[in-house]
Amino acid sequence: MLKTFRIGGIHPKDQKISAGSAIQPIAIPNQVIIPLGQHIGAPCQPVVKKGDTVKVGTLIGKAVGFVSANIHSSVSGTVLKIDRSVDASGYRRDAIFIKVEGDEWEESIDRSPDLKKECTLSSKDILDKIAAAGIVGMGGATFPTHVKLTPPPGLTPEILIINGVECEPWLTSDHRLMLEKTEEIMVGITIVMKALNVDKAIIGIENNKKDAIGKFAEYTKNYPGISIQALKVQYPQGGEKQLIDALTGRQVPSGALPISVGAVVQNVGTILAIYEAVQKNKPLVERVITVTGKDVKQPCNILSRLGIPVAILIDMAGGLPETTGKIVSGGPMMGKALATMDVPVTKGTSGILIIPTLEAKRKAMKDCIRCAKCVSICPMGLNPTLLMNLTEFEVWDGAEKQRITDCIECGSCSYTCPADRPLLDYIRLGKSKVNTIIRARKTNA
Amino acid sequence: MVVSPSPHIHSGDTIQKNMYGVLIALIPAFLVALYVFRLNALIITALAVLFCVGFEYLIVKYLMKKTPTVLDGSAIITGVLLAFNVPSNLPVWILALGCLFAIGVVKLSFGGLGNNIFNPAIAGRIFLLISFPAQMTVWPAPETAGAVDAVSSATILGNLKTNPELLPSLQTMFLGIEAGSLGEMSALALLLGFCWLLWKKIITWHIPIAIMGTVIIFTGILYLFNPIPLYHPLIHLFSGGLMLGAIFMATDYVTSPMTKKGMLIYGAGIGFITMAIRLWGAYPEGVSFAILLMNAFTPLINNYTTPKRFGEVVKHG
Repeated sequence: MLKTFRIGGIHPKDQKISAGSAIQPIAIPNQVIIPLGQHIGAPCQPVVKKGDTVKVGTLIGKAVGFVSANIHSSVSGTVLKIDRSVDASGYRRDAIFIKVEGDEWEESIDRSPDLKKECTLSSKDILDKIAAAGIVGMGGATFPTHVKLTPPPGLTPEILIINGVECEPWLTSDHRLMLEKTEEIMVGITIVMKALNVDKAIIGIENNKKDAIGKFAEYTKNYPGISIQALKVQYPQGGEKQLIDALTGRQVPSGALPISVGAVVQNVGTILAIYEAVQKNKPLVERVITVTGKDVKQPCNILSRLGIPVAILIDMAGGLPETTGKIVSGGPMMGKALATMDVPVTKGTSGILIIPTLEAKRKAMKDCIRCAKCVSICPMGLNPTLLMNLTEFEVWDGAEKQRITDCIECGSCSYTCPADRPLLDYIRLGKSKVNTIIRARKTNA
Repeated sequence: MVVSPSPHIHSGDTIQKNMYGVLIALIPAFLVALYVFRLNALIITALAVLFCVGFEYLIVKYLMKKTPTVLDGSAIITGVLLAFNVPSNLPVWILALGCLFAIGVVKLSFGGLGNNIFNPAIAGRIFLLISFPAQMTVWPAPETAGAVDAVSSATILGNLKTNPELLPSLQTMFLGIEAGSLGEMSALALLLGFCWLLWKKIITWHIPIAIMGTVIIFTGILYLFNPIPLYHPLIHLFSGGLMLGAIFMATDYVTSPMTKKGMLIYGAGIGFITMAIRLWGAYPEGVSFAILLMNAFTPLINNYTTPKRFGEVVKHG
């Protein structure tokens, strides 16, 4: 029987219409805008100034503090300015504008397509290389990878879990990577296993990607310690806690990190970036992005340099459909709606989803009929309608007791609600308020 | 361009889909009622729906001054369920009063669908039962059994305590050619509706199974010690309003608990109270009272039960 997580879950139509489209490189435009904050944590400090010339892979933003990640130029050319620019969150934030001239790469980067299997580096050297390359979680969370691979004192990783689930409907970028870069990912896994000093890794892939499962199954024979597990299709299986539960039967306790049950989870895209950084000296300057949607002419998977405006990727997919009502960066369940097409793609952009006008607006909210469907489907075992009420009436201690901070914001409750209630909108507000209260309490104590 | 927080897609589920799903599940029971009570079943059901929808429309529009929501289907369900809970020869004015009480007092005075504490159809039935005990407890004999005129006939539960020798066979009870209220005739037809509701994921199994399970265990223990018809588990399961109540009235979203644990407690409570009334109470039937009482406990049950949290599940791997 196929494994899956044990609490809640929904089954949206998977809509993976771009799955058959091979990854294609993008034509680099005249200018890129590279935001200095592309990760969770402190934004980078710029280390270039107006007029500097840069190559592909030149460090342009330096990590500030431990939870932060370096940023490198994704193009060669001249720094135009450091100025504010709207990013995917809708805020204007610092970014480096670069005028593109040619496509010259740093000499240290090995651009040959040859597979390099051997890695003789020590665990610490691997982590240093990952940190230097500015790698962050590429499933969308963008947490700096070197931090995630450094277990807190007293906790020992036992198992590496590779997230090839791609449970968001429409998105296919991880699927294409798994098909086209299978062995690079396998080598990447061995490198991370070495860095963590674990001898066991499981790749979890949902059963709607049978070709990828088959491809990995061929390779796992030659890589001891790495196994592949097909999973029953169910959202949000790509959530860290859900995936660990599905693959190992261990449940991360409330408020704890995955490492507390001995697990470290890495997305397949991140693993490929690690392979390229460690074996090929290539910093994170490009990523695969799915451009798709109901009325998109040529749904596709694009290998895009970071900092290219979304508009150019949409052009590559056949242009913006006339019916467009909403443009989402990421998947339909957790992605962010963009205010403008000038937003540049960043390390966490897994897809661009174009939603037609008819489906772009929510329906009016009705009174809760207490059907409890949100309670049944919540993958964290919460009571979303209660949390919404507690937030609405600002009962913060009640919300904390009802574990509002456990919410992973997967959106399953709002998706399911027959009364079209904006459950997650309220829960997000309540969660952030309760987190503020908890932090204040800790500081005062 | 629209900018809104995630999620950006919706399942397409609506209140209407759930309500009309329940109505579809009631079709088999309605067909049996038509077969047993002929035209009377149609007239009573149609009038009850008309009254409920009409009263809701008028009250919401002219008293509450809001946009009427009658198309959501919940008033239709209340009408059908109330009709299913009365004898087929109930005078029309009494039926109208019952509908007015169910919709006007029990549902709309609390704010309408989603805000009422008690199930409108159940409360409407009990209102009629205690206001018009004579008319509410005289059942015409099933027409297919030969009696054309509305000759009054005792129900199975009525006979159970006093005349056990008059009981029909279990098979008859299961199929449903018997005296009783409109929609409670056939256990088979109601179970068909149950399967549909489960298949369409409109309800979960917890409440109906908890009720039926409690009734079976309760009577089963008594029957082991004293095997008389009064304690026969299957007679209690297939007679009276148990199936109708367990499958269609106790599972009303608005007035039942939200957690699985809570649903089991609520169902067990209904099963227990039903049997206590049936065996030891003054009324032959107790399903409606049991549901009404447990409706009152629902907020408390919700308060004391939580869903199974992530992280509390035992390890298996």
